[in-house]
Amino acid sequence: MADFFQMGGYAMFVWPSYGLVALGLWLNWYLPRKQHETELRQLRRRVKAEKK
Amino acid sequence: MFLWFHKLGSPPHFYRIAGKWIPWLNWMFLVLLVAGLYGGLVLAPPDYQQGESYRIIFVHVPAAWMSLFIYVAMAVCGAIIIIWRMKLAEIVLISSAPIGASFTFLALVTGSLWGKPMWGTYWVWDARLTSELILLFLYLGVIGLHNAIDDKRTAARAVAILALVGVVNIPIIHYSVEWWHSLHQGATVTKFDKPSIHWSMLLPLLLMALAFQVYYVLALFHRCRAEILRRERNSKWIEEL
Repeated sequence: MADFFQMGGYAMFVWPSYGLVALGLWLNWYLPRKQHETELRQLRRRVKAEKK
Repeated sequence: MFLWFHKLGSPPHFYRIAGKWIPWLNWMFLVLLVAGLYGGLVLAPPDYQQGESYRIIFVHVPAAWMSLFIYVAMAVCGAIIIIWRMKLAEIVLISSAPIGASFTFLALVTGSLWGKPMWGTYWVWDARLTSELILLFLYLGVIGLHNAIDDKRTAARAVAILALVGVVNIPIIHYSVEWWHSLHQGATVTKFDKPSIHWSMLLPLLLMALAFQVYYVLALFHRCRAEILRRERNSKWIEEL
């Protein structure tokens, strides 16, 4: 198992690569979702306000 | 057929379809990703020359392929915008840009992290690396130009032209390793004779590439949905949501 994480001495190059890719993919998934939710919330609030 | 195309092109319809697809895409992406990572990090043997460091290939190459693919997709949208002024193409084009920029950035960074142990340097002004960096600037240019113009329809046309002009860079990137003397290795998979890579490495690489492809559609759908809501704020159908 320790061998696996050491990557034959290249751990400091291999794992940051995977980490950065994971971060990049996560951001491109999370941010639009958050934006979508904010947008929906605003719309709902406005519809409610107009009905009053 | 044409009717179907027309219907798909309408933002409300696309919004609903995308919403239905997202859970399926999530699963497809996760399965492909886990299979690809397991194949690439655990099953594939170390490289006879590069040892374990070559395992960066399983994220580097798919990211680089996606950086090219997404740009071509944007250029296709650009053509559709100029010819048919289709609203959905505008949304897809501008929603693709940040995803493509991310993949380009990741391809550059992972390449640089691979270059350090193998070439002894993080960066060289080499044809492949430089043309990929130009691709990153093209993506940033698309995003910047779109933000700079207030009217979204005008912005879309401007961006469409930029996307179309920039597409000349794509073959330059692909053939850069053949046209110039490059430190970067030549193509190992996308060439006409047999790929010069063993299947135990090729298979996880293709799985990862497929996973990234599915991921692009997934991220694109999320972004398009947010963008559609922002644009259609004042239309009737949105009040039903």
